[in-house]
Amino acid sequence: MGEWWTTVPIGTSLGNDEISSISHVTMSPSRQNNLVSMYSSLPPSRSSYHVLSSFCTEDNIPQCISYINQELDSLGLSSCIEASAPGGAGLSRVPALNAMHELMELHRRDMSTLEELEREQLKKCSALDHIQMNNSRLKDQLELSIREKSGLHETERQLQLKIKTMQSCLKTEKDEVQKLQSVVAGRASQYSHDAKRKEREAAKLKERLSQLLVDRKDKKLAIDVLNYLGRPDGKRSHWKTAKATVGHEGEMYKSLLNDYEVSQRSLMLENAELKKVLQQMKKEMIHVLSPRQPSPRGAAADDSQDQADSDEEEKPADSSRETLDQSCEYAKEQLANSIRQQWRKLRNHMEKLDSQASLVQSQLESNREMIPRETHKDEMERMRREVQQCKEFIHVQQQLLQQQLNTSFDDETAALLNDCYTLEEKERLKEEWRLFEEQKRNFERERKNFTEAAIRLGREKKAFEEDRASWLKNQFLNMTPFTDRRRCSSSDGQSALSIRSEPEMRMSSTKAQLAQSSTYTTFSTPKPSQSAAVPSTTELYRTLRLIPDSR
Amino acid sequence: MNFSEVFKQSNQLCKVSPDGKYLATCVQYRLVVRDVSTLQILQLYTCLDQISHMDWSSDSLFILCAMYKRGLVQVWSLEQPDWHCKIDEGSIGLVSSRWSPDGRHILNTTEFHLRVTVWSLCTKAVSYIKYPKACQKGIDFSRDGCYMALAERRDCKDYVSVFVCDDWHLLRHFETETQDLAGLEWSPNGCVLAVWDSCLEYKVLLYSLDGRLLSAYSAYEWSLGVKSVTWSPNSQFLAIGSYDEKVRILNHITWKKITQFEHPSSINNTKAVVYKEVEKRTAVGSDDLSLHITIGTALYNTRSKYEICPSPVQIPVVKPDPDRANPKIGVSSLAFSSDSRYLATKNDNMASVVWVWDMQKMSLVAVLEQTSAVRCFQWDPCRPRLALCTGNTTLYLWSPAGCVSVQVPTEGGFQVQSLNWHRSGDSLMLLGKEQLCLCYMDTDQEDK
Repeated sequence: MGEWWTTVPIGTSLGNDEISSISHVTMSPSRQNNLVSMYSSLPPSRSSYHVLSSFCTEDNIPQCISYINQELDSLGLSSCIEASAPGGAGLSRVPALNAMHELMELHRRDMSTLEELEREQLKKCSALDHIQMNNSRLKDQLELSIREKSGLHETERQLQLKIKTMQSCLKTEKDEVQKLQSVVAGRASQYSHDAKRKEREAAKLKERLSQLLVDRKDKKLAIDVLNYLGRPDGKRSHWKTAKATVGHEGEMYKSLLNDYEVSQRSLMLENAELKKVLQQMKKEMIHVLSPRQPSPRGAAADDSQDQADSDEEEKPADSSRETLDQSCEYAKEQLANSIRQQWRKLRNHMEKLDSQASLVQSQLESNREMIPRETHKDEMERMRREVQQCKEFIHVQQQLLQQQLNTSFDDETAALLNDCYTLEEKERLKEEWRLFEEQKRNFERERKNFTEAAIRLGREKKAFEEDRASWLKNQFLNMTPFTDRRRCSSSDGQSALSIRSEPEMRMSSTKAQLAQSSTYTTFSTPKPSQSAAVPSTTELYRTLRLIPDSR
Repeated sequence: MNFSEVFKQSNQLCKVSPDGKYLATCVQYRLVVRDVSTLQILQLYTCLDQISHMDWSSDSLFILCAMYKRGLVQVWSLEQPDWHCKIDEGSIGLVSSRWSPDGRHILNTTEFHLRVTVWSLCTKAVSYIKYPKACQKGIDFSRDGCYMALAERRDCKDYVSVFVCDDWHLLRHFETETQDLAGLEWSPNGCVLAVWDSCLEYKVLLYSLDGRLLSAYSAYEWSLGVKSVTWSPNSQFLAIGSYDEKVRILNHITWKKITQFEHPSSINNTKAVVYKEVEKRTAVGSDDLSLHITIGTALYNTRSKYEICPSPVQIPVVKPDPDRANPKIGVSSLAFSSDSRYLATKNDNMASVVWVWDMQKMSLVAVLEQTSAVRCFQWDPCRPRLALCTGNTTLYLWSPAGCVSVQVPTEGGFQVQSLNWHRSGDSLMLLGKEQLCLCYMDTDQEDK
């Protein structure tokens, strides 16, 4: 539309130059450029005229007019263009001019506002530049000041530190001053005390002196002895002579020398002892170090060399020690040096061993650490579980025990319960009793049998004795010429004897079981107690010769 | 342990003769001589005035009794009771009196220390020694009795004179490098003389018998210095106790410090045994009261025994008044046992504690904490046994085997204020304020 604006005035009677001058006056320089560039395209006015003519031709004048009126309306201008004659080709001049004027006014106003705006913008641009410059300057300043501030902080800190140290110094100085003050106070009090004492003494002296001067009767000092004593050692006292003086000096020096000699002797002994100890230590150190020699060949090469040297040194030294004075400077130095050397070697050796040991230890620990930790944990868990179980078990047991102890029984159930513990034993006991009873019964029975047998035996024995006696009698009688008469009686005896022998034999078998009286074969007449009653056991035994006859 | 009956004495003047056979005590103006074993009175002498000082001669034949107020000295003979000797110092006064080592001369120091008069009991000779110094210990005799060292002060300078006791010949006279000599002591072997300065300056000088300076030792400057000095019986060590609560030991070969013993208020040493005295008061029953009142015992029977305290132990410390002179701080008492094996020390601001140190190991062996301030302690002359007393009715004994406290069984409460061993180590003489009691050691029973 702007192009339309510029080109419209060209189409009217105003010339190009006038337009350009108007536009020169009203437009800003920047706009001027535009216009110039515009005008560079304008010289072929015909082309612009062609543009104009393309909008409005002879034919479409009323359309153009209506169109322009619309446009003017839209722009808010009151005037509008009329045609000079309806349907005519020309325009009425006045409204057209008015319209043009209004448009020009409008344009002028716009141009001025444009100028204003441009001016404003320029101003703002410059202000912005200015502010930006300021900003950057201030930023720089700020940075600088921040840096300064940190620098100052640093110095402040250092100063604070210095202050602290100064304060502590001051404190120590103060303490020292206090201490010194107290010392001074102590000394002052001591001095004053001494001074007072001396003053008192002086006063006493003065008093005494004045008293003496007044008194004038001097009490002579005297000694009053009944009789003088002899000297403690009984000798006479000597005159004080120069010889005596010298003698005293001599005595004094003698005693001093004695003392020195004694101390020197003891020191020498001590010295010898210590030397011996050192020698021994050295030998032992060599001994300790020597087994190590074969393994580290390289390192020990010079060691062994040194040692060999020292050994070599020692050997002649040892032999010469007897000849040399013990306190010979050289020997002493040598001993000290060799001890130091050996000690150094030993120390290095120990250090090496220590490092090795610590290395090994750390290795061991690192090895042990990884595996045992897990197993350690497992073990711990297991053990804990076990412990728990055991605890529970113990607890349960305790509870049961408590229960048992705590429940109150009546006597029967208590007795019953107590009985059940001894049930087994009771059964056993019963069994044994039973057996015992049985045995007893058996024994009784056998005893009875035995007694009966013994009685029977006694009787049979008696019968046998009678038979024997008769038989013997018969024999005896038979031996004599009177045998015939007695034959009949002996046969009786014999028959009796034979009859008797059987049960005897039977008896003897039983007897053999019961008694061992077979040894007692001497016949003797039984006791006359031939009662039908059962003889007593003792009598029985006596007959059977189980017990000796009562004597 | 047996206790004898209680005898009267005055002024703490009770001494056993050097040969150990007789006991001399002073009661006011009387001198009583008893036999040590039977305690029978052998002799009784009467002096002219109250006896201020009494001493035996070295051969146990004579006793001197000095009466300072009157300026008199009386000498008595044991063998011949009729023999008498009276020395009158006249108007010049008397401040101290002592025997010479040969037992035949008496040295009297006059008032104001104007001079020392040497009176001879054998001859009519009298000697004078001028300008003796008035100090803590100005005169010392060597142990063999040959030499006497005397401190002198002339023209504001200290000197030491060495005299031969035979004929009082001046052997050596030399100036000492001290500001204000406080004391001197011969070493037991008689070859070295230790000289120390007053407490304002820590300085210990060692001079040989012929007057050469062997060594000078100073531990520190400015603070109060030496309080006490003692030699070990074998002359190997010199123990110096000072106001800084430490004991420094010098050795006789180099005269340099070999160790120092400190007395801290809290003991952390686990090797040392700390014995603490614990008092148990058992009330006397009312029935007994009526009986006892007539005899006059205490209402409570205080029995004390030792308890062993586990470390760490806190020792009660009494801070002395800083403004007073001679403050009660520092090691004031030192004593070596007869075999030089042990050293017993007492620090004045821990007055109820005795510290026992082992000289072989150079470390603390035992600490004895009592309920009240220790008044006196002394080693048995024959064995390593320490007897101490604190002013109550108990006697305390320490030995490496243990500690024991023994009640002195006397009626009327005998407060033991000081004690002295008999030279045989078999008996102890206990001195109270006005009383004396002998304690006989039967067996060496010691329990903890």
